[in-house]
Amino acid sequence: MAEQRKLWPFHGGLHLDDHKAESNASPVRSVALPRRLILPLQQHIGQRAEPVVSVGDAVRKGQLIAQATDYVSASIHAPSSGRVVEIGAAPIPHPSGLSDTCIVIETDGLDSWDELPAAMPDYRNADAADLRERIRWAGIVGLGGAAFPTAVKVNTSGQRPIDTLVINAAECEPYITCDDVLMREQAADVIDGIDILSHLIGARECLIGIEDNKPEAAEALRRAIAGRASGHDDRPIEVVVVPTLYPSGGEKQLILLLTGREVPSHGLPAAVGVLCQNVATVVAVADAVLRGRPLIERIVTVTGGGAKQPGNLRVAIGTPIDFLIAQAGGYSTHINQLILGGPMMGFGLRSDKVPLTKATNCLLAASRTETPNSQPERPCIRCGECARVCPAQLLPQHLYWHARARDFDKAQEYNLFDCIECGCCAYVCPAHIPLVAYYRFAKTEIWAQERDRDKSDLARRRHEARVARLERLEQERKARLRQKKEALDSKSGKTGAGDAKKAAIEAAMQRVAAKKAAQQVESGTE
Amino acid sequence: MIAAVLTIAIMATLFGLILGYSAIRFRVEGDPIADQIDSLLPQTQCGQCGFAGCRPYAEAMAAGEAQINRCPPGGEATMIALAELLGRDPVPLEDVEAAEKPKSVAYIVEEECIGCTLCIQACPVDAIMGAAKQMHTVIVDECTGCELCLPPCPVECIHMHPLETTPLTWRWPFPARTGSEGAHG
Amino acid sequence: MQFSISSSPHQSGQQSVTRVMGLVLLALVPGTLAMFWYFGWGPIINLGIATATAVAAEAAVLHLRGRAIGVTLIDLSAVVTAWLLALALPPLLPWWQTAMGSVFAIVVVKQLFGGIGHNPFNPAMAGYVLLLVSFPVTMTRWLPPDVVSGSALSLADSLHIIFSGTPPLGQTWDAISSATPLDQMRTELSQNRMIGEIRQSPLWGDFGGRGWEWIGNWYLLGGLFLIWRRVIGWRIPASMLAGLVLIAGLFWAIDPDTHPFPAFHLFSGGAILGAFFIATDPVSASTTPRGQLIYGALIGLLVFVIRTWGGYPDAVAFAVLLMNMAAPTIDHYTQPRIFGQRGRGDA
Repeated sequence: MAEQRKLWPFHGGLHLDDHKAESNASPVRSVALPRRLILPLQQHIGQRAEPVVSVGDAVRKGQLIAQATDYVSASIHAPSSGRVVEIGAAPIPHPSGLSDTCIVIETDGLDSWDELPAAMPDYRNADAADLRERIRWAGIVGLGGAAFPTAVKVNTSGQRPIDTLVINAAECEPYITCDDVLMREQAADVIDGIDILSHLIGARECLIGIEDNKPEAAEALRRAIAGRASGHDDRPIEVVVVPTLYPSGGEKQLILLLTGREVPSHGLPAAVGVLCQNVATVVAVADAVLRGRPLIERIVTVTGGGAKQPGNLRVAIGTPIDFLIAQAGGYSTHINQLILGGPMMGFGLRSDKVPLTKATNCLLAASRTETPNSQPERPCIRCGECARVCPAQLLPQHLYWHARARDFDKAQEYNLFDCIECGCCAYVCPAHIPLVAYYRFAKTEIWAQERDRDKSDLARRRHEARVARLERLEQERKARLRQKKEALDSKSGKTGAGDAKKAAIEAAMQRVAAKKAAQQVESGTE
Repeated sequence: MIAAVLTIAIMATLFGLILGYSAIRFRVEGDPIADQIDSLLPQTQCGQCGFAGCRPYAEAMAAGEAQINRCPPGGEATMIALAELLGRDPVPLEDVEAAEKPKSVAYIVEEECIGCTLCIQACPVDAIMGAAKQMHTVIVDECTGCELCLPPCPVECIHMHPLETTPLTWRWPFPARTGSEGAHG
Repeated sequence: MQFSISSSPHQSGQQSVTRVMGLVLLALVPGTLAMFWYFGWGPIINLGIATATAVAAEAAVLHLRGRAIGVTLIDLSAVVTAWLLALALPPLLPWWQTAMGSVFAIVVVKQLFGGIGHNPFNPAMAGYVLLLVSFPVTMTRWLPPDVVSGSALSLADSLHIIFSGTPPLGQTWDAISSATPLDQMRTELSQNRMIGEIRQSPLWGDFGGRGWEWIGNWYLLGGLFLIWRRVIGWRIPASMLAGLVLIAGLFWAIDPDTHPFPAFHLFSGGAILGAFFIATDPVSASTTPRGQLIYGALIGLLVFVIRTWGGYPDAVAFAVLLMNMAAPTIDHYTQPRIFGQRGRGDA
């Protein structure tokens, strides 16, 4: 064992039953290919991807089917070979239960690969821009759940230099074990990915933060580090075992825990010289750089008392969740809720007829005892237990009062947007107030207000421009008239001015009348 | 007696000078009230208030010539914000029915459009593209849903489509209170 | 397959308001038994009267407000209010005065502000103060602790006194009642007697009022239990007692002849009960960490100020109510530094 590194504990947090044993006992299983793969164009934070295939096109595994449209966006690739049968609205996994545009591929079962870009085993001599372009091409997003495009995150130029790469392997949320088994089975890939990222961002060292309930994974990583090909200039990597305390896997919490540096409120980790990546994302980077493979599959945990055979599955992205669950053994009779994500931060699905996306790390088929129906909400007694457990050191009860009173300015004054929605406050609340639900309500209301404000500002600008334009046109018309009149006056000044003028007016009136008549005829016939 | 009067007079002069000086020195160059009102209005430019757009309505309210309850697109929220800004009492909306209409955008049935440009002239925010004898279309992102383009259309090919909620614009609902002391606060 | 949905987190802890209030009641048991030990049946009868009227009043108001009665009564908050009030009242207070304080606390101070969680003042203390200013004679008529007089009133005697308002046949109030140590200290100090002389009185124990000092210890035990169970925080009790000891110690150090030593202030009246059970009422107290320290310390200070120069011998109730009023302001100015904010002071 390495000597114990100094840790900087964060405020609050909860000791929860981790329920990891249900799903991490067996190795990762592969799942059969479904008949249809459904790929939402928006599986990431940022602009939605733009389809580059049409209905009827044949696609091969790994082929680009939707292109990133903006800097903050992510491309999508075909997870298997087949034919595009539909591009249109389909239900997506989202708390709203709404639909969004998806590309639907009917698989042909051949699973034949498209031509892939060349592997870059010599990445140490590659240009940083080329490496970023490869990550961007692969459509890699944060696989811990946030789904922020990784190519954007690793572009640290123009910021203060990054000295430390923090790898988030804490997997602090109960039930979820996909990162745990990934580290056990692909520790070497994790280390390869870290070397690539360290090289790319120029980090001096890398710290892997892992909770102490995953000793096998930590050991596998240590072995992989020890077995690294020696001789090159790779930076030191250290596995740091941290106590199991939810939410140690929160990005800012983990960075504080490992480095003692506090990411500023509203700031990015780069502000304190740190880049944080989820361990599964790192493996995806290794796949893209060393094997030229895009992100088309991931490991997902299927667990809970409502699942017959809990475990971890390697699944093609776009696989319908009902198909996936059936492959995993189906539901047991205890099924009550299907939660996408963990019990603390995940959201309930209304239906399992939605696809698995890049960000899906866990499907918790929860029994009634695991996620009991919420108890009736009682008035807040201000006991302050919520503030005691809040890892962002907020005052949750004040946020709640202001959110409930729809006083959104006040809620923002109390730093609503520093809330990471970890759920600790609601977990401990003796009055059973769904605090996080109030914060989410307030946040989305504030965003809606901002959208409305932007829209009305745009409308005001356009209206003002239009008024100005109309005025200008009117002025110009008047000026033209004046000029004409003056010209006429000067021309016919000596000869019979009156007659000429009259004739001109008459002619103009005739023209107008004719035009009007023509218009009437035209609109009448239509 | 004279001393007291003199004292008061001197003090009055002194304070008057201080007040006068600070009025000049610390003058607040705030937004004129009409600008502040205008920034609260939804800028649909729909004219449902009876004025020729948001700005004229704002100016009328600033001058105290118009009620604060005549903006249906803004709804109750705008009325209350106006009441707060102007220090007036909230009043019920004049046209509740119009305020409850869902937000919509105009949509031109392009096969029916004859390219008469009348709607282009009516649109207060230049959100309709097209030219004479050419089919027109609405720039959805810029349409305010004011409906001013509907009456001029000779062939009634413009329809209002309610704005659909997408996963990006979806809002979490206000948490349902399951407790018994429901109406607290 | 269709599933039910709810907002995360989908799990929750075991806490509930009922459990919190239940633990407070449990923590009050040692002190209550000590009250029984020293003052006989009076406090127990008061407890019964206060609880019955508080619960009845709460049920009646909830009914009038059209709220469900059961779910609210089960949170035990009315019972806690009744207990705290009853423990603060003189043992032989006429029953209707106890009932009046209890009904006032529940109906006016709690329910008229919106019920549990919405009252700006501590209901028990507001009820106590109402009685104290309305009935100064009965509210200052205490019993000598039984270990001193050795003649406990029987249950029948106590019931008789409480329900009839008159002493048992053949006895006078003077014979059975006594001032509290704080009251006596006040009276004698105003007669220019020295602390050393006053302490000769049989009402004095080892470090506080006889009997009172032990009741205080039992409350302390309950209070520490609540801190251990994380029902209350340490900040308010610690800062309140520290504030009281500091200011009392300062004056005692300057002039020990006219100012009692600090332990007397802690163990002769309601200071311990107030510090752990009353000032910590979360609804009406400050909620920020630094705010709680300020809130507690100022209560301690006010207790000393009112006891020493005010018009009443004990002052916990007034001090708490005054600081209840200041709590929102304190909260406003003591926002803690949040994660990632620097330079706004530490929490």
